[in-house]
Amino acid sequence: MNNSVEIKNLDLHFGAVKVLQNLNLEIGKGEFLVLLGSSGCGKSTLLNCIAGLLDVTAGQIHINDTNVTWSEPSERGIGMVFQSYALYPQMTVEGNLSFGLKNAKLPKAEIAKRVKRASEILQIEPLLKRKPAALSGGQRQRVAIGRALVRDVDVFLFDEPLSNLDAKLRAELRVEIKRLHQKLENTMIYVTHDQIEAMTLADRIAIMRGGQIMQLGSPDDIYGRPLNRYVADFIGSPSMNFFDGAITNGAFTVGDLTIPLTGYDFVSGGPVDGAATLGIRPEHVVTGELVENEPIRIDVDVELIEPTGSDKLIDCEVAGHPFRVRMDGQAQVSVGEKLRIGIDPARASLFDAATEVRL
Amino acid sequence: MVETSSVPLTGPQGPKPRKALSRRNVFLYGTLLLITLYYALPLYVMIVTSLKGMPEIRLGNVFSPPVEITFQPWAKAWSEACTGLTCNGLSTGFWNSVRITIPSVILSIIIASVNGYALANWKFKGADAFFTILIFGAFIPYQILLYPMVIMLREMGLYGSLGGLVLVHTIFGMPILTLLFRNYFTSLPEELFKAARVDGAGFWGIYFRIMVPMSLPIFTVAMILQVTGIWNDFLFGVVYTGPDTYPMTVSLNNIVNSTQGVKEYNVNMAATILTGLVPLTIYFVSGRLFVRGIAAGAVKG
Repeated sequence: MNNSVEIKNLDLHFGAVKVLQNLNLEIGKGEFLVLLGSSGCGKSTLLNCIAGLLDVTAGQIHINDTNVTWSEPSERGIGMVFQSYALYPQMTVEGNLSFGLKNAKLPKAEIAKRVKRASEILQIEPLLKRKPAALSGGQRQRVAIGRALVRDVDVFLFDEPLSNLDAKLRAELRVEIKRLHQKLENTMIYVTHDQIEAMTLADRIAIMRGGQIMQLGSPDDIYGRPLNRYVADFIGSPSMNFFDGAITNGAFTVGDLTIPLTGYDFVSGGPVDGAATLGIRPEHVVTGELVENEPIRIDVDVELIEPTGSDKLIDCEVAGHPFRVRMDGQAQVSVGEKLRIGIDPARASLFDAATEVRL
Repeated sequence: MVETSSVPLTGPQGPKPRKALSRRNVFLYGTLLLITLYYALPLYVMIVTSLKGMPEIRLGNVFSPPVEITFQPWAKAWSEACTGLTCNGLSTGFWNSVRITIPSVILSIIIASVNGYALANWKFKGADAFFTILIFGAFIPYQILLYPMVIMLREMGLYGSLGGLVLVHTIFGMPILTLLFRNYFTSLPEELFKAARVDGAGFWGIYFRIMVPMSLPIFTVAMILQVTGIWNDFLFGVVYTGPDTYPMTVSLNNIVNSTQGVKEYNVNMAATILTGLVPLTIYFVSGRLFVRGIAAGAVKG
């Protein structure tokens, strides 16, 4: 068996509220899996179930081929890092790191060795004698990671560990977590609502909604070939442009615009006539000199410009639908101007209008 | 840095000036002063009277300071004042009260804190029902339970003893103290508790190593509430103890209300102050912690 964590037919209800429903998930050894979703989608609940902090209503959880559904959190071979760090305020950093090991009745020498190793990896050696109150946010989160590290476990659970940090520090620690994963090569399950974190860290991403997994796949897959409209809309910032139209004779029509679907990779093999939604990412719209290379070219009026420094986001209208285009930050454009844009159907996404599933 | 140059300004600038003797300030501090006087005056009268001799008191100048300061009434109140047949003063009652208060406070706080911790962090089956019943207990008038309690203590062989009264105080302190501790523990971050469970700490491990060290303010609040409440208790003291085991409040009542001989106002005042001294001291020593604890624990929940 190569799976580190297996979740089988998992249900979790709080009274009448079904938070998780018949959830199945297999996580390979050494894999970095990110659970991504908006708040209330059940991602943190799932993590708490894996950790053993919540009793499941039905189903099983296996860690390292052992059924741990009824095991105590400390017996599951997991380490957990929390959003609020959850450091014990009255203990020093050293005390925080060694608390779990003392509870496990490890010999003193072994505890000292492990604390030393963890503090070296995370570069918190000078802080060992300090109390958490005397640490900055980033240092606290390092200590919290260290507390999971000293346990010498195969599975790390992260519950939105970077959400309490400011943007710059978050980017730094994100890289550190990625480096840590490359170095330790253990399984990591990471909960976040930040899609950038998810994309940069994950081997695979599970996008959750209403206690179910909407799509499980590599970041490239999820970004490039979203399985349904929810995932397509959720991933990507600014979000995807959608056109509600129909497929007729192998072409997508919306209003007076017809887009031939040559080059589009249909899941089912070929186009089927019927109502459909076409999604195009703002960053996949071509502007400037390269427009003439694209299969479809449209002229639009620039309605609004949002400069972000690196990019400019242009709001316009295509076939009666609001449409956003990403341009280079240096592009010269002003409101009211005509802009010629190019679209390649091969990079677009088509969804069934009723089921919202990818065509 | 962007370079800036100062521009000369006219008109209002910087903080708005405020008058020290504004109508608002006069009203505010005047009211505060008046209320302070209102509450401090009786204490002043008591202290002044307790330091006077009986002839001076008979002159009737209640507010005048003592001409000749004497501590004799205090000594008499402590060791000689008569209650009925015995003339041992308050000292017996004082030591009885000490022997009642200390075990009651310790016992009730230990039990209530564990109760509150279990209710806040270890949701067990029927926890909500248990909590509701407990809180309901806080609203039952004590008088209803006086007689059933007498029978219970008699059957247990504790009636009239200090142990019986300790038990009564511990039980009656339970609802409010449990509520206090539960609310405080609920306000502590839940993730700490989760982290400790992942770290392999059990029920008692988390209680002693994580929860208790973080709960000094609420333990102080509970201690003050209990010391004051139990020390000042009269009803349970007079019902559940006998003359040998009367707490200080009952002794005080017997001294002040004894109908024989002359009314010694100075001794009565001294005895009353002596009785109130213990809760007063506790409050002055830990008042700051008390306020902090109340703010931390009682607001949320």
